[in-house]
Amino acid sequence: MTSTFDRVATIIAETCDIPRDTITPESHAIDDLGIDSLDFLDIAFAIDKAFGIKLPLEKWTQEVNDGKATTEQYFVLSNLAARIDELVAAKGA
Amino acid sequence: MNLEYFHLIDRIVELRRDERAITVEARVPQTSTIFEGHFPGYPLMPGVLLIETMAQTSGWLQIALMDFQRMPFLAAVKEAKMRSFVTPGETLTVDAAVIHEGSGYTMTEAKIKTGGKLACNATLTFRHVPFPQPELRAHMQRVAAEIGFPEQMIHG
Repeated sequence: MTSTFDRVATIIAETCDIPRDTITPESHAIDDLGIDSLDFLDIAFAIDKAFGIKLPLEKWTQEVNDGKATTEQYFVLSNLAARIDELVAAKGA
Repeated sequence: MNLEYFHLIDRIVELRRDERAITVEARVPQTSTIFEGHFPGYPLMPGVLLIETMAQTSGWLQIALMDFQRMPFLAAVKEAKMRSFVTPGETLTVDAAVIHEGSGYTMTEAKIKTGGKLACNATLTFRHVPFPQPELRAHMQRVAAEIGFPEQMIHG
Protein backbone atom coordinates (compact mmCIF):
# COMPACT_ATOMS: atom_id res chain seq x y z
CA MET A 1 0.00 0.00 0.00
CA THR A 2 1.32 3.44 -0.95
CA SER A 3 2.21 5.51 2.09
CA THR A 4 0.67 8.90 2.76
CA PHE A 5 4.08 10.50 2.26
CA ASP A 6 4.46 8.86 -1.16
CA ARG A 7 1.03 10.05 -2.24
CA VAL A 8 1.77 13.58 -1.06
CA ALA A 9 5.19 13.59 -2.71
CA THR A 10 3.62 12.51 -5.99
CA ILE A 11 1.01 15.26 -5.70
CA ILE A 12 3.73 17.86 -5.06
CA ALA A 13 5.88 16.59 -7.92
CA GLU A 14 2.99 16.70 -10.37
CA THR A 15 1.46 19.96 -9.13
CA CYS A 16 4.66 21.98 -8.85
CA ASP A 17 6.78 20.25 -11.48
CA ILE A 18 9.43 19.26 -8.94
CA PRO A 19 11.47 16.09 -9.63
CA ARG A 20 9.98 13.35 -7.48
CA ASP A 21 13.39 12.02 -6.39
CA THR A 22 14.28 15.35 -4.76
CA ILE A 23 11.28 15.15 -2.42
CA THR A 24 12.01 13.37 0.86
CA PRO A 25 10.15 12.98 4.16
CA GLU A 26 12.56 15.55 5.61
CA SER A 27 11.85 18.14 2.89
CA HIS A 28 10.30 21.39 4.06
CA ALA A 29 7.71 22.34 1.46
CA ILE A 30 8.50 26.04 1.72
CA ASP A 31 12.17 26.22 2.70
CA ASP A 32 13.52 23.23 0.78
CA LEU A 33 11.15 22.82 -2.15
CA GLY A 34 10.46 26.52 -2.66
CA ILE A 35 6.69 26.15 -2.76
CA ASP A 36 4.95 29.45 -2.11
CA SER A 37 1.58 29.91 -0.47
CA LEU A 38 -0.30 30.21 -3.76
CA ASP A 39 1.20 27.02 -5.16
CA PHE A 40 0.43 25.35 -1.84
CA LEU A 41 -3.28 26.03 -2.48
CA ASP A 42 -3.07 23.75 -5.52
CA ILE A 43 -1.37 21.11 -3.40
CA ALA A 44 -3.99 21.50 -0.66
CA PHE A 45 -6.72 21.16 -3.28
CA ALA A 46 -5.18 17.93 -4.60
CA ILE A 47 -4.67 16.56 -1.07
CA ASP A 48 -8.23 17.47 -0.06
CA LYS A 49 -9.54 15.62 -3.10
CA ALA A 50 -7.23 12.61 -2.80
CA PHE A 51 -7.84 12.03 0.91
CA GLY A 52 -11.40 13.33 1.25
CA ILE A 53 -10.38 15.84 3.92
CA LYS A 54 -10.04 19.59 4.31
CA LEU A 55 -6.53 20.66 5.32
CA PRO A 56 -7.05 23.37 7.96
CA LEU A 57 -4.67 25.83 6.33
CA GLU A 58 -6.17 28.89 7.98
CA LYS A 59 -5.82 27.37 11.45
CA TRP A 60 -2.25 26.29 10.79
CA THR A 61 -1.29 29.69 9.43
CA GLN A 62 -2.85 31.39 12.44
CA GLU A 63 -0.96 29.13 14.83
CA VAL A 64 2.33 29.86 13.08
CA ASN A 65 1.63 33.60 13.04
CA ASP A 66 0.73 33.52 16.73
CA GLY A 67 3.94 31.64 17.58
CA LYS A 68 1.98 28.62 18.82
CA ALA A 69 3.43 26.33 16.15
CA THR A 70 6.39 26.23 13.79
CA THR A 71 6.18 25.83 10.04
CA GLU A 72 8.14 22.58 10.46
CA GLN A 73 5.20 21.03 12.30
CA TYR A 74 2.99 21.37 9.25
CA PHE A 75 5.23 21.76 6.22
CA VAL A 76 8.00 19.20 6.72
CA LEU A 77 6.50 16.43 4.61
CA SER A 78 6.72 13.62 7.17
CA ASN A 79 4.81 15.88 9.58
CA LEU A 80 2.35 16.91 6.89
CA ALA A 81 1.71 13.23 6.14
CA ALA A 82 1.12 12.59 9.85
CA ARG A 83 -1.36 15.49 10.02
CA ILE A 84 -3.17 14.05 6.98
CA ASP A 85 -3.36 10.63 8.63
CA GLU A 86 -4.85 12.28 11.73
CA LEU A 87 -7.46 14.10 9.65
CA VAL A 88 -8.37 10.93 7.77
CA ALA A 89 -8.66 9.02 11.06
CA ALA A 90 -10.79 11.78 12.61
CA LYS A 91 -13.07 11.73 9.60
CA GLY A 92 -13.57 7.98 9.90
CA ALA A 93 -14.11 8.06 13.68
CA MET B 1 -21.53 47.28 -16.76
CA ASN B 2 -19.50 50.30 -15.80
CA LEU B 3 -16.08 49.34 -17.07
CA GLU B 4 -14.23 52.33 -15.67
CA TYR B 5 -15.40 51.51 -12.13
CA PHE B 6 -14.96 47.76 -12.58
CA HIS B 7 -18.65 47.40 -11.86
CA LEU B 8 -19.18 44.49 -14.22
CA ILE B 9 -22.28 42.68 -12.99
CA ASP B 10 -25.68 44.21 -13.70
CA ARG B 11 -28.16 41.72 -12.29
CA ILE B 12 -28.39 38.50 -10.35
CA VAL B 13 -30.58 36.20 -12.40
CA GLU B 14 -30.47 33.19 -10.10
CA LEU B 15 -28.57 32.26 -6.97
CA ARG B 16 -28.73 28.57 -6.13
CA ARG B 17 -27.14 28.11 -2.73
CA ASP B 18 -27.81 24.37 -2.57
CA GLU B 19 -26.00 23.87 -5.88
CA ARG B 20 -23.35 26.45 -4.93
CA ALA B 21 -24.02 28.13 -8.27
CA ILE B 22 -25.04 31.51 -9.62
CA THR B 23 -26.21 33.04 -12.89
CA VAL B 24 -25.88 36.76 -13.55
CA GLU B 25 -26.38 39.10 -16.46
CA ALA B 26 -24.18 41.91 -17.69
CA ARG B 27 -24.48 44.19 -20.69
CA VAL B 28 -21.32 45.45 -22.35
CA PRO B 29 -21.72 49.23 -22.80
CA GLN B 30 -21.95 50.66 -26.29
CA THR B 31 -19.28 53.21 -25.54
CA SER B 32 -16.29 53.35 -23.23
CA THR B 33 -12.87 54.95 -23.32
CA ILE B 34 -11.52 51.40 -23.20
CA PHE B 35 -12.90 50.74 -26.68
CA GLU B 36 -11.05 53.78 -28.03
CA GLY B 37 -7.83 51.89 -27.52
CA HIS B 38 -9.03 48.29 -27.68
CA PHE B 39 -9.16 48.62 -30.65
CA PRO B 40 -9.43 51.78 -32.76
CA GLY B 41 -12.26 51.20 -35.24
CA TYR B 42 -12.67 47.62 -34.03
CA PRO B 43 -13.95 47.69 -30.43
CA LEU B 44 -13.63 44.45 -28.48
CA MET B 45 -14.22 43.65 -24.84
CA PRO B 46 -10.71 42.93 -23.43
CA GLY B 47 -10.13 39.34 -22.34
CA VAL B 48 -8.89 40.48 -18.93
CA LEU B 49 -12.24 42.18 -18.32
CA LEU B 50 -14.07 39.01 -19.32
CA ILE B 51 -11.95 37.15 -16.77
CA GLU B 52 -12.75 39.84 -14.21
CA THR B 53 -16.45 39.44 -15.04
CA MET B 54 -16.20 35.73 -14.29
CA ALA B 55 -14.25 36.51 -11.12
CA GLN B 56 -16.86 39.00 -9.89
CA THR B 57 -19.63 36.51 -10.62
CA SER B 58 -17.75 33.86 -8.63
CA GLY B 59 -17.11 36.45 -5.93
CA TRP B 60 -20.78 37.26 -5.44
CA LEU B 61 -21.53 33.57 -5.20
CA GLN B 62 -18.91 33.11 -2.49
CA ILE B 63 -20.03 36.18 -0.56
CA ALA B 64 -23.53 34.73 -0.51
CA LEU B 65 -22.32 31.30 0.59
CA MET B 66 -20.23 32.94 3.34
CA ASP B 67 -23.18 35.06 4.50
CA PHE B 68 -21.46 38.38 3.80
CA GLN B 69 -18.88 37.63 6.49
CA ARG B 70 -15.83 37.15 4.27
CA MET B 71 -14.42 38.77 1.15
CA PRO B 72 -12.92 36.69 -1.67
CA PHE B 73 -9.90 37.93 -3.61
CA LEU B 74 -8.85 36.51 -6.97
CA ALA B 75 -5.64 34.49 -6.56
CA ALA B 76 -5.23 32.36 -9.68
CA VAL B 77 -6.68 31.97 -13.16
CA LYS B 78 -6.39 28.65 -14.93
CA GLU B 79 -7.54 27.35 -18.24
CA ALA B 80 -8.98 30.68 -19.29
CA LYS B 81 -10.20 30.48 -22.85
CA MET B 82 -11.49 33.36 -24.93
CA ARG B 83 -13.52 31.51 -27.51
CA SER B 84 -15.15 34.33 -29.43
CA PHE B 85 -15.07 38.12 -29.67
CA VAL B 86 -17.33 40.05 -27.34
CA THR B 87 -18.37 43.43 -28.67
CA PRO B 88 -20.08 46.60 -27.35
CA GLY B 89 -23.79 46.25 -26.66
CA GLU B 90 -23.78 42.49 -26.17
CA THR B 91 -25.56 40.96 -23.20
CA LEU B 92 -23.55 38.39 -21.29
CA THR B 93 -24.97 35.52 -19.29
CA VAL B 94 -22.40 34.48 -16.70
CA ASP B 95 -22.52 31.23 -14.75
CA ALA B 96 -20.24 30.27 -11.88
CA ALA B 97 -20.14 27.26 -9.60
CA VAL B 98 -17.95 26.27 -6.68
CA ILE B 99 -15.88 23.19 -7.42
CA HIS B 100 -13.97 23.11 -4.13
CA GLU B 101 -14.23 24.85 -0.77
CA GLY B 102 -10.92 24.67 1.05
CA SER B 103 -9.71 26.27 4.25
CA GLY B 104 -9.43 29.97 3.39
CA TYR B 105 -9.70 29.41 -0.34
CA THR B 106 -12.29 28.45 -2.94
CA MET B 107 -12.08 27.26 -6.52
CA THR B 108 -14.77 27.96 -9.08
CA GLU B 109 -15.56 27.25 -12.68
CA ALA B 110 -17.13 30.08 -14.62
CA LYS B 111 -18.35 30.68 -18.14
CA ILE B 112 -19.78 33.49 -20.21
CA LYS B 113 -22.34 32.99 -22.93
CA THR B 114 -23.47 35.45 -25.57
CA GLY B 115 -26.53 34.67 -27.61
CA GLY B 116 -26.63 31.20 -26.06
CA LYS B 117 -23.10 30.37 -27.23
CA LEU B 118 -20.07 29.86 -25.00
CA ALA B 119 -17.79 32.89 -25.33
CA CYS B 120 -15.23 32.16 -22.63
CA ASN B 121 -14.59 30.06 -19.53
CA ALA B 122 -12.03 29.69 -16.78
CA THR B 123 -11.17 27.93 -13.56
CA LEU B 124 -10.53 30.44 -10.79
CA THR B 125 -8.98 30.30 -7.33
CA PHE B 126 -9.80 32.79 -4.59
CA ARG B 127 -8.42 33.40 -1.14
CA HIS B 128 -10.99 34.71 1.29
CA VAL B 129 -10.61 36.57 4.56
CA PRO B 130 -12.98 38.24 7.01
CA PHE B 131 -13.93 41.65 5.63
CA PRO B 132 -10.85 43.76 6.38
CA GLN B 133 -12.94 46.91 6.90
CA PRO B 134 -16.61 47.39 7.82
CA GLU B 135 -16.82 50.04 5.08
CA LEU B 136 -15.99 47.42 2.45
CA ARG B 137 -18.66 45.07 3.77
CA ALA B 138 -21.22 47.88 3.78
CA HIS B 139 -20.24 48.79 0.22
CA MET B 140 -20.64 45.19 -0.93
CA GLN B 141 -24.05 45.02 0.75
CA ARG B 142 -25.13 48.20 -1.05
CA VAL B 143 -23.99 46.91 -4.42
CA ALA B 144 -25.60 43.54 -3.71
CA ALA B 145 -28.94 45.27 -3.19
CA GLU B 146 -28.49 47.21 -6.43
CA ILE B 147 -27.87 44.09 -8.49
CA GLY B 148 -30.82 42.22 -7.03
CA PHE B 149 -29.45 40.03 -4.28
CA PRO B 150 -32.26 38.52 -2.21
CA GLU B 151 -32.66 40.87 0.76
CA GLN B 152 -32.58 38.09 3.36
CA MET B 153 -29.18 36.97 2.06
CA ILE B 154 -27.68 40.43 2.43
CA HIS B 155 -28.68 41.05 6.00
CA GLY B 156 -29.19 37.49 7.25
